Amino acid sequence: MENFFFQMIIAATPLLLAAIGELVTERSGVLNLGVEGMMLMGAVSAFAVANSTGSSTLGIVAGAGAGLLMALIFCVIALSLLANQAATGLALTIFGIGASGLIGQGFVGVALEPLAKLSVPFLSDATMLGRILLGHDVMVYLALALAAGVAWFLYSTRGGLALRAVGDNHDSGHALGYNVIGIRYLATMFGGACAGLGGAYLSLAYTPMWAENMTAGRGWIALALVVFATWRPWRVVAGAYLFAAVTQLQFYGQDWGLPVASQFLAMAPYVATILALVIISRDVNLTKANAPACIGRPFRAER
Amino acid sequence: MILLDPRPQPSRALALLSPVIAIVLTLVAGGILMAAMGKDPVEALSIYFFQPFKEFWLWLTLPPGEAEMWLYTPSEVVVKAIPLALIGAGLAVCFRANVWNIGAAGQYTLGAITGGWIALSAPDGASGIWLVPYLAAGALGGMAWAAIPALLRVRFNANEILVSLMLTYVAAQLLDWLVRGPFKDPAGFGFPESKEFQDGFIMPVLVGGTRLHLGAVLAIVAAVALWLMMTRTMKGFQVRVIGAAPRAGAFAGFSQDRTIWFALLLSGGLAGLAGAVEVSATVQQLQPQISAEYGFVAIIVAFLGRLNPIGALFGALILAVSYIGGENAQIMLKLPKAVTGIFQGMLLFFLLACDTLIHYRIRLAAPGRA
Repeated sequence: MENFFFQMIIAATPLLLAAIGELVTERSGVLNLGVEGMMLMGAVSAFAVANSTGSSTLGIVAGAGAGLLMALIFCVIALSLLANQAATGLALTIFGIGASGLIGQGFVGVALEPLAKLSVPFLSDATMLGRILLGHDVMVYLALALAAGVAWFLYSTRGGLALRAVGDNHDSGHALGYNVIGIRYLATMFGGACAGLGGAYLSLAYTPMWAENMTAGRGWIALALVVFATWRPWRVVAGAYLFAAVTQLQFYGQDWGLPVASQFLAMAPYVATILALVIISRDVNLTKANAPACIGRPFRAER
Repeated sequence: MILLDPRPQPSRALALLSPVIAIVLTLVAGGILMAAMGKDPVEALSIYFFQPFKEFWLWLTLPPGEAEMWLYTPSEVVVKAIPLALIGAGLAVCFRANVWNIGAAGQYTLGAITGGWIALSAPDGASGIWLVPYLAAGALGGMAWAAIPALLRVRFNANEILVSLMLTYVAAQLLDWLVRGPFKDPAGFGFPESKEFQDGFIMPVLVGGTRLHLGAVLAIVAAVALWLMMTRTMKGFQVRVIGAAPRAGAFAGFSQDRTIWFALLLSGGLAGLAGAVEVSATVQQLQPQISAEYGFVAIIVAFLGRLNPIGALFGALILAVSYIGGENAQIMLKLPKAVTGIFQGMLLFFLLACDTLIHYRIRLAAPGRA
């Protein structure tokens, strides 16, 4: 049981990173469905750099950078050229699956030293809670800090106010003198960098290796998490941990003697995502109150 | 500084020209990519994209006796295009309705499963007439899978993009369980695959010496029927109005909910049919991998075909060329399979970017002045 919770925190981290980034993107009024592709590019870039330089720090930076560059492609096509955002995001995912496969072809089957675990002397080992909560690698805490930072930025700073304003009504934001497209570029690239970090976590720490399509739908689950969290940062954190617990079922279910074929346990995260979407979406007040009103709608300044 | 000036009317010429420009840009970018990978770009691109056309040309022009040997590659292109065209035509209608069915891969898998269930439970010596219930079961399986996002969207307002996509992973696991469990061939030496289908369940081949099968006829019939439906019937008009202007549609008394059901069931049914057709024509048994990625590539097909069912036929042929070219490049140039995915992703990027020209004129202006 102790191990279950320890692993749950690890499994939640890539989801949390990708979802908190997409939350910022969506709050600015942009729907980027390319999270899966950005995560894959982050994963393969992080692995390639960490493997060839021996530095996991550089790997993490490369992962974030790759996600950011992917998001930049999205920005040019969907924000500057006003293309359909859903279609552009899908193209980003298709491109990311192909490009990561190409970059990663030399790294399949290569092992990597997993990201170092931190340890707090005495506390990490003394109690069960200490063993579960402490002694993770640095990115687990970075992800939580990032969520806290996003919550602070969105609700306590002028920049956050501008971002939310642009997402809720881009015409008014423009009339107030905000640079709508500029804000959306930044928010989308932040989202891309976070997705890249999430991917980097997968290939550097969660399973320290590269395999084609290793994200296995986590990018899409992150998108669903944002809806599930009704676009609130702290609910994204809670949602990510909840989902990670469900994901863990497939690894622990058979140990616990659940009389179910492994394939059905592997379905669990996806079925849980659908159920979560249904539960949240059926309450129109819950989604309408927080959903950015301009999400997915292109903006072009008339004057 | 690049500025976009709206056109008073969308340009019809550019709507048709945009895919051509996008293909040319993809070839240029692809050539640069090949050069960066240390391959001769001209040779690589000719293997990728021109070889099938060249062989088709040879088949057309050479005298009988010499021509036949050049038919194989073009016929393989058509074989690849069949599932893409079937799925793409359905998605074209679905996207027109502004319903985003991204889970065609799952509906395709379910079609293969339900069709396969008929094929595996049929009595020995089943004749070709069994193909009818087999294909019907495939279409129904796809419709049933697409009914889930339809129901959840209409009833609970759940996003159909995410629900249909999640269901592709569920379908893949379901197929994996079936071929390792209930559908597993007892005489299969423990391999995760079903028995091979009986002859009655194999799509008839149309041209000797090739694998070109009856599915080609189905794809053309489906595309033409959907095109007629979209352009000549009230239902098609409703789909277009609801997709372009839901409020106007509501005032006209068109039901958005029914359009969502219609769009998802139609595209799901065609994806399911494509799954049953493809399994019967190529692998002729159920396996864990049945090329479900066609469900995603068909999204590009639908856009390349201008969200027009007949256009999707052409879109499918172009994507099929990239598949066959990719297989040839894998053998002849040792290029990895992933390159095909890059080409397909780039094609959609360029296409979406070029589509801006349909609605806007591009004007260059000095920075700071609009």
